[in-house]
Amino acid sequence: MEKYILLRHRDVPEIDQLDVYKANDGLVAFEKVVKSMQPADVTLEVKNSGLRGRGGAGFPTGIKWGFLPNNSWPHYVVANADESEPGTFKDREIMESNPFQFLEGLMIASYAVQANQAYVYLRGEFWQLAAFLDEKIKDLEVAGYLGEKILGTDYSLKINTHLGAGAYICGEETALLESLEGKLGQPRLRPPFPAAVGLYGKPTLINNVETLTNLPLIIQKGADWYRSFGTEQSPGVKIFSLSGCVNKPGNYELPLGVTYQELIFEHGGGIVNDNKIKAVMSAGASSDVVVADDFCLQTPLAYETCLDRIKAPLGSASIIVLDETVDMAWLVSKTVNFFKHESCGKCTPCREGTFWMDSLTKHMMANESRSEDIDLLRSVALQVQGKCLCALGEFSTMAVVTAVDRFRADFETHVRS
Amino acid sequence: MADMVTLKIDQQIVTVPAGTLIVNAARKAGINIPVFCYHPKMEPVGMCRMCLVEVGYPQRDRVTGELVKNEDGTTKISFAPKLETGCTTPVVEGMEVRTTTEKSNEGRKAILEFILTSHPLDCPICDKGGECALQDLTMLHGPGKSRFIYDDKKLFAKHVPLGEMILLDRERCIQCGLCVRFQHEVVDDPVLHFYQRGRSLEIRTYSEPGFDSIFSGNTTDICPVGALTTVDFHFAARPWEMERDPSICAHCAVGCNLIYNIRREAKSGGKTVIKRAMPRQNEFVNELWLCDKGRLGYHYVAAAERLTQPLLRKDEKLVPVSWEEAYQRVEDKLRAEQVRLVTLAGGRLTNEDLFNFHQLNQSQNGKAVLYSQMAGGDLTAQIGLGKGSNFSDMGKGTAILVVASDLHEEAPLWWLRVKQAAQRGAILIVANARPTRLDKFANHVLRYEYGQEAATINALLDGKGKDEFTQAAKAFSEAENGLVIYGSDGLGLNGSEQLVKACAKLLVERGYYGKPNNGLLAVWDKPNIQGAWDMGFHPDRNLKGTLREADVAMIAAADPAGDNPILAQALEETDFVIVFEMFMTETAKMADVVFPVQAQIEREGTYTSGERRVQRFDIVLPHIEGPKSDYQIAAQLGRLMGLSTEDRSPVLVMNKINEKVKGYQEITYSRLAERAEQWPLISRADSYYAGTGYENEYGVGIQISSSADRGEELSLGTLILVEPQEEVATGIKVVPVTALYDRGQLIQPSQILAKRLTPQVLLMHPVLSKKYQLQDGDQIKVKVAGNEIVSGVKLDADVPQDVALVARSNGFPISSPVFVQIQRLVPEPEA
Repeated sequence: MEKYILLRHRDVPEIDQLDVYKANDGLVAFEKVVKSMQPADVTLEVKNSGLRGRGGAGFPTGIKWGFLPNNSWPHYVVANADESEPGTFKDREIMESNPFQFLEGLMIASYAVQANQAYVYLRGEFWQLAAFLDEKIKDLEVAGYLGEKILGTDYSLKINTHLGAGAYICGEETALLESLEGKLGQPRLRPPFPAAVGLYGKPTLINNVETLTNLPLIIQKGADWYRSFGTEQSPGVKIFSLSGCVNKPGNYELPLGVTYQELIFEHGGGIVNDNKIKAVMSAGASSDVVVADDFCLQTPLAYETCLDRIKAPLGSASIIVLDETVDMAWLVSKTVNFFKHESCGKCTPCREGTFWMDSLTKHMMANESRSEDIDLLRSVALQVQGKCLCALGEFSTMAVVTAVDRFRADFETHVRS
Repeated sequence: MADMVTLKIDQQIVTVPAGTLIVNAARKAGINIPVFCYHPKMEPVGMCRMCLVEVGYPQRDRVTGELVKNEDGTTKISFAPKLETGCTTPVVEGMEVRTTTEKSNEGRKAILEFILTSHPLDCPICDKGGECALQDLTMLHGPGKSRFIYDDKKLFAKHVPLGEMILLDRERCIQCGLCVRFQHEVVDDPVLHFYQRGRSLEIRTYSEPGFDSIFSGNTTDICPVGALTTVDFHFAARPWEMERDPSICAHCAVGCNLIYNIRREAKSGGKTVIKRAMPRQNEFVNELWLCDKGRLGYHYVAAAERLTQPLLRKDEKLVPVSWEEAYQRVEDKLRAEQVRLVTLAGGRLTNEDLFNFHQLNQSQNGKAVLYSQMAGGDLTAQIGLGKGSNFSDMGKGTAILVVASDLHEEAPLWWLRVKQAAQRGAILIVANARPTRLDKFANHVLRYEYGQEAATINALLDGKGKDEFTQAAKAFSEAENGLVIYGSDGLGLNGSEQLVKACAKLLVERGYYGKPNNGLLAVWDKPNIQGAWDMGFHPDRNLKGTLREADVAMIAAADPAGDNPILAQALEETDFVIVFEMFMTETAKMADVVFPVQAQIEREGTYTSGERRVQRFDIVLPHIEGPKSDYQIAAQLGRLMGLSTEDRSPVLVMNKINEKVKGYQEITYSRLAERAEQWPLISRADSYYAGTGYENEYGVGIQISSSADRGEELSLGTLILVEPQEEVATGIKVVPVTALYDRGQLIQPSQILAKRLTPQVLLMHPVLSKKYQLQDGDQIKVKVAGNEIVSGVKLDADVPQDVALVARSNGFPISSPVFVQIQRLVPEPEA
């Protein structure tokens, strides 16, 4: 009995070899779409599956595909493999160990929007992975699954990998496009959205690696099968990157709707040293810090429930667990320092706000703050909110405001008496 | 007419074209939304977030699509939860914008506080202090106190040279990107870039020489802080210490409007001096920009070697004399019987000077000669650019043909405006013997061999020949409006005459004249060549002979002897030479009488630009003791000869011009001072919107009508091409081209441009150099018309293979194509 839909390498050894992948129903879905399905039908099937974007926003994938206008060509597809959110390491495992399923997903998406060129945009640190994927793309070309007139049809597709230069912001889709075009990685104004005006000004579909990896089995087994997992509004399975103060950190592929409690204590083996859990962050560094009380722990990890119950979006489902030993002021100084380091500098509030918050938290960690500096930190964070060009600036404030509000005592300990 | 939409901004009802950005709609209504990264001449980017305002949209029922009404019957407006950027959001019907609410004010204050956390606040020593957008907006909207710990400020390098002309202060930079975008989007010199990210973001240049752009100075105007300054103005003066005087740039035929900032200062010995030149808005001419030659090339004014006293030749030597004595000497000469007078006038004289010179010349039946190697001023007066033409209005439906001109070098602002017209959809055809910076924006690029200029235009008229010619001919003939811009690339007077006739014929046959945005435009090499033609001066194909045969030559604003040894020889044979000059030129040295004249900026006058816009300039600096205006001297000589020439004021001379000169009927000084409605609405008081350029309070000038505009009968003469004579000559054919930074008299004193001056070389193709066994960097001896000159050699694969190029006014006496003998100089072996 196979346990995995996405992390199939855990069931099937050497699935990163094309012959093994093919022997395990690999490329059946792609062959089906290019040979027997209309692009619109592929999109419809994905729409019906209820698959939502796994990059963090949770936008319905099929609907996103439908945004590409049919009066502007060519279309491009980009796999966002810039996975840079602290605490997120799911795409990496997929690409390292189950590359063909990801690539097949990318090929299906490309066919659905009739793109003849697709890119895999990888964060700069993934250079080994890029070389590895290049080999796998080559295997697919040799086997006739990529290139001109694939499998005797009229459809042609080329996939290229592209390495970023090590900037977190390039995971933001418009900054990614700038970087892919060879420019400085800074987000563009939206609208227009990439679906209308994307790479080189052409309609462009950008999907996360995990999102794409879902596609082969959705096509092969159908939308209804996929909907048998997960919740009504968040169908399917999700890879939860679990990290922090847990006994068994790692990637867990589970149906959406699994609770924090189950993920952390049943799958993750509980808290290290049997410490008391203090808080959770659900979307890496870009998260609210949520007090891990019973209400929180009973929250099902699905897009709608996280938002409704604990007002903290599921995001990329990178669960960072924080126990009673963690100093929230230290945590905030770490996240703020990360955002200060990664702010692209294009818009004022993010560039200056992250820098300011970073200096304030640095003083706190050196125990040279005054009590009013805690309020100042919170005030600067609030002053950044709602004014930035892209989401990075907004994200930089989430941990700050929630941690100060919910764990003020941790900050008070750093105040000079 | 674009669809209009009506919206409400702060209780004001505003109606503007659909698509207008909120910030511009507000500005039209007199409501100022502060900005830093926005500029009305560039695409918005929404980076600085200074323009955040509350934006409400009329609410529609999701099901019916009907507007939702309030209880009182008004449309319900739903405001976005977040503030929106006014510089990126287009207005829509029924929108409501609130710019002064608590939320908007808080947003502004927040952004200013953020910017100031990393700003050095060194206003007391900053060149921008007093005209700084950040300073002004902080005073208006900023927090009085910073909550940022001062010691945490990041320190960066100051006075970083981006090349030798522009300095960058990294601490002051607020990363608005205006300079980078200006260089990329507006002037297509992408030599500035952002480097790094976050607070480490910095402006860098990667060109060699640094910041290699002829428009670089404009970035110092649009920089909203003191991050970019010209080396010229660095620590030179405070803005509030300087007065402003409007003027017109005298470096080319575009006639850019500018302001000179002047100050009386101790370090200049108590004299009033020019501290800098700034653009003055004229959306019909230079918009908000200046090229660096216009901005930085004013230092000649302070050159020490000015002539201050009339000089008279006595015992073979020029000695200072009184004005009376000098006048008397000239009067005596002119009163001699049957004197053959030639008046040779240069294109930097004003209309008033030229008119008076012409009156004097005519009274003696003299020959009025224009010192120029370009023909066609009679044709531009008849079928030139129609009254009401404006490059800004050109786009789709207009075909622009640029022939024999490297517009980027000859008239930078026209290059910019033609480029932008092409980007708006005008059909651009560029015909030249070599590649130029305009090719990139052209729909059709046509190549010919030097000498084939007129033939090329005739081929376009026939629509026959090579494929690209037929396509270009078709594109040109199918437009709604058409204009031809002709220059002097590789041409002498003969070639120019052939070319302009062909151009005129093409325009007439296609009907492109006598209406706005149609007609003929000459890229004259001096500011007032058109005015000189209009006042009755014409170039002379046999200037050498004319000078040689003259009994008396009056030479004003021209240095034939300095430019060309052949003309110097001719002048030696002229009996009596009268020179009107600022400097002791080679020609002045040969003169019998020298009259010292005032510089353009010391006097009033008018120029007629290439677009035939008459523009007035005022006295900028008090004139130095001694010299007079050319028009005055000419008038006083005229009076001695019994004429009623006007010597009191150029204003009064213009009143005579408008009586006598066709096309100038409507020109008076007061009409020239009329302002016009211009967009964008700029103001020094709120320089954050469009930079520190000046609003135009002094008048935009008047474009005069052409004969065709007035419906007069045209007398274009025969427009039939004369086959050029086969030249029988040996050696290398050298053709003259125009370089922006040449070694002209007016530009050399500007030391800041010294490194950018065009090298003194023969530019040739590697194939040609190989034939003569020359290498890049070699020195050669050039024999041209009996003279020997030493020159360098520079190789350039863009140059045609059979000719060498030489820049005019760059130390090589060449004004038309010529064959030369060359000999490689072997460097002396080092001891």
